[in-house]
Amino acid sequence: MAVIDYDRAPEFATAGYDSPAASRLHALWETKPGLIGWLSTVDHKELGVRYLVTAFAFLLLGGLEALVMRLQLAQPNEHLLTPEQYNQIFSMHGITMIFLYAQPILSGFSIYLFPLILGTRDMAFPRLNAFSYWAYLAAGLFMYASFLIGAAPNDGWFNYAPYALKQFNPNPNMDFYALGMILLGVSTTAGAANFLVTFLRLRAPGMSINRVPILAWGTTTTSVGILLSVPAVSLAFFLLWLDRQFGTHFYNPDGQGQPLLWQHLFWMFAHPWVYIIVLPAMGIVSDALPIFCRRPLVGYTVVVLATIATMVLGFGVWLHHMFATGLPFLALSFFSGASFIITVPSAVAVFAWIATIWTGRPVFTTAFLYFAGFVSMFVIGGVSGVMTAAVPADRQLTDTYFVVAHIHYVLIGINLFPVLGGLHVWFPKMTGRMLSERLGRWSFWTVFAGFNMAFLPMHWTGLAGMPRRIYTYPEGMGWDTVNLITTIGAFVLAAGILIFLANIALSRRNGRFAGPNPWDGPTLEWSTPSPPPPYNFPVIPAVASRHPLWEDRLDEGLGRSSIRRGVVLDHGKEALATSTLDGEPDAILKMPEDSLSPLVATIVMTAAFAGLLLHWWMFAGAYAALLLAATIVWLWPERELGQRAEASHG
Amino acid sequence: MTWSRPVPNQRRRSRQLKAWIAALAVSALCASAASAETPLGYLEGFGVKTREIAHLTWALLILSIAVVVITSALVVIGALVRRSRAPAGNIEQEPVSRSGRGVAWITIGVTVSTVALIGSMAWTAYTMAAIRAPSQDPAVTIEVIGHQWWWQVRYLSDDPSRVFDTANEIHVPVGKPVRVRVKTADVIHSFWVPAVSDKIDLIPNQTNETWFQADKAGIYRGQCSEYCGKQHAHMGMVLVAEDEANFKAWWDAQLKPAAEPEKPELVRAEGVFLQRCGACHGVRGTSAGGRFGPDLSHLMSRRTIAAATLPNDPGHLSGWIADPQHVKPGSLMPNLDISGPELASVRTYLATLN
Repeated sequence: MAVIDYDRAPEFATAGYDSPAASRLHALWETKPGLIGWLSTVDHKELGVRYLVTAFAFLLLGGLEALVMRLQLAQPNEHLLTPEQYNQIFSMHGITMIFLYAQPILSGFSIYLFPLILGTRDMAFPRLNAFSYWAYLAAGLFMYASFLIGAAPNDGWFNYAPYALKQFNPNPNMDFYALGMILLGVSTTAGAANFLVTFLRLRAPGMSINRVPILAWGTTTTSVGILLSVPAVSLAFFLLWLDRQFGTHFYNPDGQGQPLLWQHLFWMFAHPWVYIIVLPAMGIVSDALPIFCRRPLVGYTVVVLATIATMVLGFGVWLHHMFATGLPFLALSFFSGASFIITVPSAVAVFAWIATIWTGRPVFTTAFLYFAGFVSMFVIGGVSGVMTAAVPADRQLTDTYFVVAHIHYVLIGINLFPVLGGLHVWFPKMTGRMLSERLGRWSFWTVFAGFNMAFLPMHWTGLAGMPRRIYTYPEGMGWDTVNLITTIGAFVLAAGILIFLANIALSRRNGRFAGPNPWDGPTLEWSTPSPPPPYNFPVIPAVASRHPLWEDRLDEGLGRSSIRRGVVLDHGKEALATSTLDGEPDAILKMPEDSLSPLVATIVMTAAFAGLLLHWWMFAGAYAALLLAATIVWLWPERELGQRAEASHG
Repeated sequence: MTWSRPVPNQRRRSRQLKAWIAALAVSALCASAASAETPLGYLEGFGVKTREIAHLTWALLILSIAVVVITSALVVIGALVRRSRAPAGNIEQEPVSRSGRGVAWITIGVTVSTVALIGSMAWTAYTMAAIRAPSQDPAVTIEVIGHQWWWQVRYLSDDPSRVFDTANEIHVPVGKPVRVRVKTADVIHSFWVPAVSDKIDLIPNQTNETWFQADKAGIYRGQCSEYCGKQHAHMGMVLVAEDEANFKAWWDAQLKPAAEPEKPELVRAEGVFLQRCGACHGVRGTSAGGRFGPDLSHLMSRRTIAAATLPNDPGHLSGWIADPQHVKPGSLMPNLDISGPELASVRTYLATLN
């Protein structure tokens, strides 16, 4: 048996991407060709792109659902959809956009970028990373399978009991949702743990916590939020499923259960979730806007603190979704106050971006347009949110289209705009080719015009009293014209997305070659070729400032970052662990090979959930046992992955 | 039906001004919509409570619009003023530098925002306190019980003989606070008559209470505002605010049992009604005692049918009874395959319930 050296001093070397060391690393880190290689890869870049593509596909599905709804609502008393069809479509639209698009797309960015911006070779747990992706895909397909039997979730993403319970909803619609959310929760939780450990332990040497790109701060902060909220809501969904299948009375009023308990448990998760799906997107802007303003972000430290403060406060405002449920005056006052206060950290970020524009020299790229547009959209979504913090006003505004307009400014303005801008920034890194700026500008202005045409008037629709979640409305309510405008705007927005997709399709083949750093960006990913090789960095870079590639020009700090000279780490797949606060190297990590285990575990886990859905209890039990077996195979100790000397090893 | 909401003359100008601000604010595209009649709008209150709320909503709306305009202008002007000449494809032509001290922007911006927020909080707290309870004890207490998809309304009184049930149409005296107790028979609904009353949810195993006051006589529209299933869209109600004398007369009239039919065709018509409809609907003074559907006593005194979905006239009534699933698909009122003569009898009988 080969003796493994658990304790060695890493070698330093100077190595570029064409050095012999680099080709050795390439062979070590490369994904095998063919289908098996594709199914077993743990390369974060491959998985990140898969996340992005899958999430974008769900965005398109959710968008199609939106367009069908907008046709139904274009005029009063339309009959395109039956009420039940409309209810299933609006429910799946919300579920798709909030759970299957908005968070996973940001995971896609972060999975792709984390190791590159932090200066390491992969995520902390590469196989868990693959598992997160497969479980996400499985959860999405699981929930969408409901359409095949005409029983998609029909009680909205908020899923209020008792309408979600069996006596009012006897078909499996809400079982798909409850079990699908638990499945998705497994993926999200695993992903969050991975981000957190990667952030804490895998940063390049010298990357102390005040030198970390804001995207990493945003994703890490939200990962903590996910770890605190997602397992809790998974349990809440499980209790709902028990109420439906086994006659328990957690939420069932027939047995003295509390329907209001569901609302508390759901919003305690779902309000933090709103911040979970915007903070990393704000991180994208905080990192990328300065590139196009040709200066560092103004107020790095306060922006990071604001990010964390938002997440913390985000756990203390859930009751503002429930101001009309008959709560005590004191509770209303407290949560109203908290909901006002949470605006302050957002204001910090907004003025940091504005200051960055005013003190920089903005270059008008498509990405810049998306980020500048984002700032305005952010403010609109923010102030309409503040209005709902005022209890008396909220008891008029809530459950009207005003809130629909608000959430779309949040989700499209604060999530989709940074995502589209971010794709313009990093598509060259991912593919090696530039997106067309001409098509980019067309797509931006079409998206911007369509979005505002659809959703700015919608505030008025809400102020004119149109309730949410109605499949049709009568004439003479003052809603006809605005609804028609919104429908037209929605189609313009869709056209803008189509232009964006055309840009992707054309530029992927014919785009200008990007080179390593087409935007002259400051962070470590721009020191790699485009696309980066499987091992990311031939040597682990050492970082001496927040902007390793700009530090000569900014004259930042005392030392200089070392990109081409550093620790080699080529005894197998290896990465460097560093200390949490200062980023001082303290261990060599052995990274796992590609593996089919994550995929196999996902398949048997999904089969077990399908068994629960179909009440095939034996089947579900058998696959649960298989899941345990698959996990044991996956986690079976491998000598090559040993990272601590055994006591007997001496 | 038309929703009549009185507009006092002396306030018309300020209302127009506000409508203009709203139109500009929300979007130039909506200018025409802003002046249209909006029965469920709440930017003008017609009761003490909703008036206070409307003031707060306007204040927040105007502040919000100002914030959006200022910050958007800062973004656009900043970008244009500071725009680099470097082309998008050659960004490195614009050198990187740490120019300017930007932190002052954050300090000033956040300070100003915080002051605005504190002001908003203060106004919110003031409004919350102002609308917490009516200035005098409510003169009338009604119980509103939500059903998929209609409203049961029970008028309470210390005198049990004055308690009665009606459905989908609420009458209240002008200028008097009204206490509302809300419950539900099935899922969660929300009681909302935006002109005079903000929302209160109807939650199983829970009785919520609120109050409102209508200060102007008029006919206001209410609508369920918590998603409650297939016909959530068609769960409306009518609220009639009338002077004290009319209100009392209405209450007295509602208490009367249905008149005993005398003409033979009416006796036959009643028989058909009791047989086909009486299991689900009740009419006081007859053997029809169903509780599943709306109480139909004095149906002819109501302005709408099917929870404010259709005007109450013979044509719509016939259409509704003949094919409720066409009007409200998924409604719990089944298609009864009622024959033409039976339908005529039922309609004839219902026409007597005034």
